[in-house]
Amino acid sequence: MSDEKREIVIPSQLLGDVNSKKAGRGTFIENGKIYSEILGILNKNQEYINVIPLKGIYDPARNDLVIGVVIEAMSSSWLVDINAAYPALLHVNEVPWDVDFGETEKYLNTGDTVMAKISQVDQEKKIQVTLNDRNLYKIKGGQIINVEPSKVPRIIGKKGSMIALLKKYTKCRLFVGQNGRIWIDGTDEGVIKVKDTIKMIEEEALSYGLTNKIEDLLKKDAKDVH
Amino acid sequence: MKSDVKLFENGKRMDGRKPDELRKIKIEAGVLHRAEGSCYLEWGGNKVLVAVYGPREAVPRHTQNPLRAIVNARYNMAAFSVDDRKRPGPDRRSREISKVISEALENAILVEKYPRASIDVNIEVLDAEAGTRCAGLTAAAVALIDAGIPMKDIPVACAAGKIEDQVVLDLGKEEDNYGAADLPVAISPRTGEVLLLQMDGHLTMEEFDKALDMAIKGCHTVSELQKKAIMEKYESSNKGGE
Amino acid sequence: MPITPTIKKEHLIKLAGNGKRADERKFDEYRKIEIETDVVLKAEGSAKVKIGNTQVIAGIKMDVGEPYPDTPEEGVMTTAAELIPMASPDFEAGPPREAAIELARVVDRGIRESKIIEVEKLCIEPNEKVWIIFIDIHIIDYDGNLFDAASLAALAALMTTKVPAERFELGENYLLPLKEPPISCTSAKYNGVVVMDPSLDEEEIAEARLTVATDTNGDIRAMQKGLNGSFNVDEIKKVIKVSIDNGKKIREQLYKSVGK
Repeated sequence: MSDEKREIVIPSQLLGDVNSKKAGRGTFIENGKIYSEILGILNKNQEYINVIPLKGIYDPARNDLVIGVVIEAMSSSWLVDINAAYPALLHVNEVPWDVDFGETEKYLNTGDTVMAKISQVDQEKKIQVTLNDRNLYKIKGGQIINVEPSKVPRIIGKKGSMIALLKKYTKCRLFVGQNGRIWIDGTDEGVIKVKDTIKMIEEEALSYGLTNKIEDLLKKDAKDVH
Repeated sequence: MKSDVKLFENGKRMDGRKPDELRKIKIEAGVLHRAEGSCYLEWGGNKVLVAVYGPREAVPRHTQNPLRAIVNARYNMAAFSVDDRKRPGPDRRSREISKVISEALENAILVEKYPRASIDVNIEVLDAEAGTRCAGLTAAAVALIDAGIPMKDIPVACAAGKIEDQVVLDLGKEEDNYGAADLPVAISPRTGEVLLLQMDGHLTMEEFDKALDMAIKGCHTVSELQKKAIMEKYESSNKGGE
Repeated sequence: MPITPTIKKEHLIKLAGNGKRADERKFDEYRKIEIETDVVLKAEGSAKVKIGNTQVIAGIKMDVGEPYPDTPEEGVMTTAAELIPMASPDFEAGPPREAAIELARVVDRGIRESKIIEVEKLCIEPNEKVWIIFIDIHIIDYDGNLFDAASLAALAALMTTKVPAERFELGENYLLPLKEPPISCTSAKYNGVVVMDPSLDEEEIAEARLTVATDTNGDIRAMQKGLNGSFNVDEIKKVIKVSIDNGKKIREQLYKSVGK
């Protein structure tokens, strides 16, 4: 039980200099000094000074698993909203179906939801996604909730520990997209429990011992259910 | 602009302030639900609300810059924010203010991280009392941070002016109407560089030096308030230990 | 144009089939309503209303001017609404489009037809000078049901408005004389289910919308049906009844917040 508070830093805050550490993510260098470029949590290790963002839209990275919503079906591709600054392109070559030219609407249409993987982000931030991987598909049923993308790591937990807890005690099917969209499917009570727990994680994301606290709460309720 | 309004009485200004004293300022970050970032700010009788959306793909497409994000600050005064109701919609003054604010904010935002995108800043003046552009820009900077936009500094603005041959900080309403000069200034507080500078009236070089110096000092004071507002919003969710 | 994910629509419809709403409200239940007055000092009257996460600010400005030729002894009232870009990522800057115009006109009708403003009392000099009331509505956060939030904000602002007689050398400032306020209640229909005070999600899938303004007697003062779906007559009658019931509750809260 540490008394150590996580330190919140803001843009332009001086964090160190290049002689003692390397500038990691969320920082910029000016005249040999390292500054924070965002509102976030300071994270210093042996080598690097990093700032983990507290807010901000989703920043797509290659291999991220995301939940996307189809905006438009075009002749040989689909435009997909992935809750980022830019929409992503899904090409007919990147889906497990044999799609003829102009037949895209038969497979995916506006409003359809997919679990996809970011396959490419280029210099101009043009983003491509793929469904060509196991566990990627068009989503049916269930519901989607939105969280701050910066809170996703907390909701997944170290090595997936938090998400495993949620699945275990609520018996819900769960998929957490890196882009802040979470798909939930299960019984009415299970889903409510998941939503409430996620809300708590969002609000107390910075506290220590959160995983244990959540586990205790979920255990307690699970006993009452049966 | 002659009148028999006395702006100074026994060394004190109409509202009792000293020459280098700021009006009361209150700043609150994260006050809106839909916007990515937001800020509500009160400065004297000014009330300003700012919302930030983005970065998001800029539309229409022809406005996109393939190398960086464009910053669109839109300054608008609500119809009920002034003595004589203002017709809704941007007038030429609002559009000019929007432009100088956009340019000041752009300087501080790391726009190269978001090619082809736009960052939209909506500044609404709900209650106006001299110095709305400084209040608007100051609040906009806080809203940008609240939105998680990467920046290399936090722009802040403050005005100085001249009333009855005296250089003073942060003109109030009558001072703005009957004073001899108005100098709104925005700076990048970390580097001290000037990002916005406008002046109208009549100042000697010496008076200008004094006014600029005063305005910049005022900016630094307000800068501390911006930072405090952000920390207040986010520290409350930072419960350390158990 | 926002795209509503099909899953979301299906989920809301499934819930509705079981008599439920996504935020666990009953079909005729409102979200939390908060009313704050005197939020803008430059205005003659002002109010900020929150319904759930929807936030609206209304400001009242008054001026002296000429009456309309066909009503030479009556004051003038005009209502404008702005769906400013701050309120939603889907609102664009620019002149008011139909949604803003419809909103302003519906709010205006509810207020005008209820005769809450006694326009004969706003006459200064017949044919020459009357008081002009400008109602300006600023939507600042959009999370569903702008009609009711805007209407309530306009009413709360009116009920705390001080006529600026001093500025025009017409005597001392005084509280704007008003009669009883009408309350506007909006319902939305999706997949055969009708709910009151639609949230943003519910509005996005709504096929039809009905706003009903009722007075203290339970009589109807204004109505507006919107969107391209339809209501059957039974649904309309039910909506009116629920609007009268909710109207009473909301009116009480309004009175409390303006200090009556």
